[in-house]
Amino acid sequence: MAAPSHAAAPHTVRPAAVTARGWGWRHAGRTRPAVQALDLDISPGERVLLLGPSGAGKSTLLHALAGVLGDVDDDGEAGESDESGSLLVDGGSPRGQRGRAGLMQQDPETQVVLSRVGDDVAFGAENLAVPREAIWPRVHEALADVGLSHLPLDHPTSALSGGQKQRLALAGILAMRPGLVLLDEPTANLDPAGVLEVRDAVARSLDKTGATLVVVEHRVSVWKDLVDRIVVLQPGNHIDPAVLLDGPPDQVLADARSMLISAGVWVPGYVPATRARAADVPPGTGDLLLAAEALAVSRQRPRRRGFRKIPPVPVQEGITAQVRAGQALTVTGPNGAGKSTFALTLAGLLEPVDGAVSATTALARGAGIDPCRWKAEQLIERIGTVFQEPEHQFVTGNVLDELLFGPRHLGHGAERVDELLERLRLTHLVDANPYTLSGGEKRRLSVATVLAASPQVLVLDEPTFGQDANTWAELASFLSELLDAGTAVVSVTHDAEFTAALGGTELKLAAEAGRP
Amino acid sequence: MRQELNLRGNAALLTRANPLSKLAAVVLITVVLALSIDWVSASVALVFELLVFPLAGLTFALLWQRGWPLILAAAVGGWSTSILAPDSGRTLIDAGIWTMSEGSLETGVGFLLRGLAIALPAVLLMSCTDPTDLADALAQKARLPHRFVLGTLAAMRLMGLMAEEWQTIGMARRARGVGSRGSLVQRVKATLGQSFGLLVQAIRRASRLAVTMEARGFGGGPRTWARVSAYSLLDAWVLAGGLAVAGLAVTAAVWAGTWNMLWIGG
Repeated sequence: MAAPSHAAAPHTVRPAAVTARGWGWRHAGRTRPAVQALDLDISPGERVLLLGPSGAGKSTLLHALAGVLGDVDDDGEAGESDESGSLLVDGGSPRGQRGRAGLMQQDPETQVVLSRVGDDVAFGAENLAVPREAIWPRVHEALADVGLSHLPLDHPTSALSGGQKQRLALAGILAMRPGLVLLDEPTANLDPAGVLEVRDAVARSLDKTGATLVVVEHRVSVWKDLVDRIVVLQPGNHIDPAVLLDGPPDQVLADARSMLISAGVWVPGYVPATRARAADVPPGTGDLLLAAEALAVSRQRPRRRGFRKIPPVPVQEGITAQVRAGQALTVTGPNGAGKSTFALTLAGLLEPVDGAVSATTALARGAGIDPCRWKAEQLIERIGTVFQEPEHQFVTGNVLDELLFGPRHLGHGAERVDELLERLRLTHLVDANPYTLSGGEKRRLSVATVLAASPQVLVLDEPTFGQDANTWAELASFLSELLDAGTAVVSVTHDAEFTAALGGTELKLAAEAGRP
Repeated sequence: MRQELNLRGNAALLTRANPLSKLAAVVLITVVLALSIDWVSASVALVFELLVFPLAGLTFALLWQRGWPLILAAAVGGWSTSILAPDSGRTLIDAGIWTMSEGSLETGVGFLLRGLAIALPAVLLMSCTDPTDLADALAQKARLPHRFVLGTLAAMRLMGLMAEEWQTIGMARRARGVGSRGSLVQRVKATLGQSFGLLVQAIRRASRLAVTMEARGFGGGPRTWARVSAYSLLDAWVLAGGLAVAGLAVTAAVWAGTWNMLWIGG
């Protein structure tokens, strides 16, 4: 038998060096370069946190280092792109060195390739033509390193949580034994427990292999103690270099604290100031608008088994909650507790499995008691829902039409549209295509479009996920204004600071027993 | 939520056979049955297929759950054939514009049995074959290009996600005031809009997945396989079984005089 794999591992990985000299990149079909005049040296084994405002080209740099830039970009368009200067890994072009770098992206669903855990981890090693007898020891070792060794190799990848999927992706990368590990906002879509899971798995595996790390992330506090160095990038232009700041974490954070804060970076120990509620509103006051009684919820519709109808297994049951005018209700709890499912059911978008959602006459205004039975036009002027992924809600080709869509449908005037454009800083974007906006702009637009129909109840699903500190603060302040104006705000969130900023009632949902 | 083909818990004998030999047996039976419309060859094949059920770990309850649309379609086809086919022999039912005679009933029953006998092998194959193993066999044994096979396999996993995404986009659009209820025109418009939304998301997901695969070294170069796709004695039995069922069905029909090749001798 071979010796335990842990003893054999460290010397098999040779950490990679990165050198950039005047490097620049322009995506096909864009006029402005994503990165310009980048000079950067990363020595083997160094761990670097990459910061900067959106549009500074952080993702572009990571894709380039992974050797996957230029073939397919995020819009699926291939075409003429432009490269200048040089970007080298170990003195050679990253594109010619398959497996030298491993890249993890943000969306956990697309980090999994195959449907069984063992096969997925083996995939990279297979592509690098590692001999079969060497692959399975690597798979076991990688799964142990990321803390997933308790799963059988044929465990279905679809049954994993977001944090587990990202750890699986890390295992797939580790099994290639890369000298350079690249993480592109690996925890932006995860709940707080998932964030720590992934961070700790990264720390453990790097301690073991000594590989070089470059990580892009908004939340500095998560990665600060793990990295040796912080590099701050700025959007490309002809005059300034791409690297704005470069140094040890504490020094960069001390020197540039206010600059980073104004760029929207989540600096440790800083919670952005938000507008306070005008008056303290005691819980239980305000008109009752919407009530959930003994509610059981599920995203699944009743299944057909032959001719029989089988009701779905609820993800959460026995929920009782009240939504009142001018009151915030925050729904919290671990992943898989059915928070979003509950919110969508409350918002009249899913049918309850059991129990009831009832609108009071103050909200229904003649439309009937059950929001799920309302017509779409009736729904949007009573309950507005902002989805986690803004793109799911875009229905037109430019920002102005997007905002006018609701009012037009209702036959209203567009009196609120100008105010919303102004208030959510979208005025300069009225002609832009919604899909081309930045993450923060998309979030602001999706909130504005739903509010344009003037709903009495606003439901938001994870509104702060992946947002920078500036958008976060804007959103929280704006919602506090809405609350003062008498709108009821229901938000599903993992974000304790956001919950605190809105105040009101917190509904904690527990993880359903017996679920993975 | 996602209903993926998953073989966990199925320890039946045929799960251990190579997917390629199972595929060959299925194709053999299906082709032979497609050659003739007659009830003898269909019922012989059907009897053998039902006998193979336990070997594939399939039960009638599971079959009904997964294959009820096929069974229903075969039944409807059989029923309409028996009332619409040219009449011959004694009239059994006479309801004015349509009649069912002994001759047309025989054609109808033949149609029903054949429908089932052709559909069942595919259901059997799916119930005892993991898609990943099928892909391994297609690439390693049938020598199909691995880029194509593995790309398809990864895309199939996304299909499950797309079903979820479709539901989410539907809800997200209702929350914007786009009704999926109302007149036919409104509903068609809503569905088209929802399809566009899904297409955008599908392309995004697919390009992100492509980046993931490429970053894991997937491409044109030489590649090893962590899982061996191998033949065993069992595969000889599977092939022989397929041949036997197809042969017996034809022989029985020829012997009974019901064999009629569809496109030959016309």
